[in-house]
Amino acid sequence: MRRLTRLRAAADTKGAPYLFIAPFFLLFGVFGLFPLLYTAWVSLHDWSLIGGNEGFAGLDNYARLLSDEKFWNALVNTLGIFAVAVVPQLMLALLLADTLNRAIRGRSLFRMALIIPYVTSIAAMAIVFSTLFGTEFGLINQLLGTVGIEPVNWRGGRFSSWAAIAVMIDWRWVGYNTLIYLAAMQAVPRDLYEAADLDGASRMRQFFQITIPMLRPTILFTVIVSTIGQMQLFTEPAVFDTGGAMQGGTQGQFQTVMMLVFQEAFRYGDYGYGAAISWVLFWIIVVLGAVNALLARTIKGAP
Amino acid sequence: MLLATACGGGEGSDGGEVTLTIDTFGVMGYDALLQQFEEETGIAVEERNVTDLADYTPQLQQNIAAGSGAGDVVAIEEANIAQFLSQPDRFVDLAEHGAEDRQGDFLEWKWEQGTTPDGKIVGLGTDIGSMGMCYDTVLFDEAGLPTERDEVSELWSTWDDFVSTGEEFADAETGASFVSTIQPYFRAVMSQNGGAPYQDEEGDLVLESNDDTRAAYDTVVGMSDLSANLPIWSEEWNAGIQNNAFATLPCPSWMLGHIENTAGDGGAGRWDVAAVPGGGGNWGGSFLAVPEQSEHPEEAAQLAQFLTSVEGHLGAWEEANTLPSTVEALESEEVTGFTRPYFNDAPVGEIYATTAMELEPVYYGPDTQAIDDAFRAALESVEQGQADADEGWDTAVSEAERAAG
Repeated sequence: MRRLTRLRAAADTKGAPYLFIAPFFLLFGVFGLFPLLYTAWVSLHDWSLIGGNEGFAGLDNYARLLSDEKFWNALVNTLGIFAVAVVPQLMLALLLADTLNRAIRGRSLFRMALIIPYVTSIAAMAIVFSTLFGTEFGLINQLLGTVGIEPVNWRGGRFSSWAAIAVMIDWRWVGYNTLIYLAAMQAVPRDLYEAADLDGASRMRQFFQITIPMLRPTILFTVIVSTIGQMQLFTEPAVFDTGGAMQGGTQGQFQTVMMLVFQEAFRYGDYGYGAAISWVLFWIIVVLGAVNALLARTIKGAP
Repeated sequence: MLLATACGGGEGSDGGEVTLTIDTFGVMGYDALLQQFEEETGIAVEERNVTDLADYTPQLQQNIAAGSGAGDVVAIEEANIAQFLSQPDRFVDLAEHGAEDRQGDFLEWKWEQGTTPDGKIVGLGTDIGSMGMCYDTVLFDEAGLPTERDEVSELWSTWDDFVSTGEEFADAETGASFVSTIQPYFRAVMSQNGGAPYQDEEGDLVLESNDDTRAAYDTVVGMSDLSANLPIWSEEWNAGIQNNAFATLPCPSWMLGHIENTAGDGGAGRWDVAAVPGGGGNWGGSFLAVPEQSEHPEEAAQLAQFLTSVEGHLGAWEEANTLPSTVEALESEEVTGFTRPYFNDAPVGEIYATTAMELEPVYYGPDTQAIDDAFRAALESVEQGQADADEGWDTAVSEAERAAG
């Protein structure tokens, strides 16, 4: 009896931690790892939405992808929108966080307001933004008209569509990143600022020489998270598009890689090719993540 | 638990009672009919409706491919029916459930669209989308054009006439455009030619070999200068309806409801319905099918039969103005005598029923919806001036090759 209890106690202390983390790994295995490997498997086959597996194709899907203009177009669009959206987004978030970190009136109210776009339903956002960016009846073009600027066909041009989508992305994510920065700023020891004050350093100087260096790990974290998120960009350009065909504009001027995956797999029924594109996208993200991590190590080493 | 109930496509509930699930999209007009069916048969029916066809179709494709998750009865749109006909073993042959005698009830082409070449009945016709041309009487009046529907119909017996009427309209400078976007006219012109516009019955693309398709494309591209460039179904397009930004719109019967709901009370009496140039044409319409995966094929077939009977068609017509595909219903007083007050009391029932009888059968291949989308993007790029007619055509053809490949 006693031996059994002891055994159980040993199993408790040794086994329990694994038991506690098991649900995550089980769920990850079922909803993360399995689909990932299955996608790789599908990508090596001629696989149609309706007919299912139509035979082994080797690397045919990947070979096709390399010479597929639409894939490269989608990749350029994804990277382009990433650049246009994320750089201003993180800079704006930093400035907002710094402002909200000061003793200003109604601070809590502003902090709460920041998160509202993040919790707003995407459907509502889609309606608001497609109304704003309309060519004929859009509010933005009407405002531009009052200062004599010709109406812009936001969806028609490559850069205009990127800009409009970047606005939608930033509207949604600036608040989220601001809150992360704000949390990190509050962990910066106050005495650093007090010392700087005594030395007569300006607010600007304090921001660049104390806040930014102290926030480095956090900034890197947000860059990595944004990279992963933005490479899979789908929702904003999809709702910005007219019709549900995932074409990304009349000539694919804002079709992202994920939209192409959706179009190939679900609109054209070519699962195998869709799987190949998503698998390549996965490796692009892994590589970008690795680059980020390397950068992080180098920067951390710097004074 | 939630997942389990949401996915349970028609499981028999307690004590042998049967509950059927029917998957529908858009507005089918089945509320009263389903209630009637439940009362008459004691079979419970749950309708799962998805508003947008673009969301509905991929979901249905996946459920059919996976062999589970689809309703006991599913609605299939005209553009997708061939795709499902090409996998007949996934559907119940409705001939085995008493539908084999019904051929004579339906318009011939509608019946054929739902039947495989070897005679298996997969889909029974619900509605059709025969065409009229909606026009804004106020704008026509401002432009000095006639406003009586018969006179308007006489203005444009051909599409060339339609374009010259449009030019006359543009010269009058009312501030509005003649067409909202050229895309819907493409489907209208093309369906008048009959035959197989995109793909033949083997599923091979015929875009380059069928001159009618290119001719329809060129006709429609010729309207670019008359267009307001408002992408169809977009917020902008709806705003265009509300702001009277364009004067004409190809109107299948189901479009009337969209205009009425969008323009609201302010637009009452403004719009009217005339004949479409070139005569007839069809845009849209659906079928009901019973997937093989249904656990109650007998009851499901009974429901599909009921909803596609003359009685069912008339019920849906009454509720949602979906134009019946059975001849008897089309010829009935309920349809032919129907006028729509919102459209200046236009005798829409008669207009649509007459053109429905004259339709040329059109064969829509398995990838019709994707090819439609490709042409839509191409036509929009041409009217917005991003591409010329040939570039647009080439892009559409290469997209169609991807879709069909």
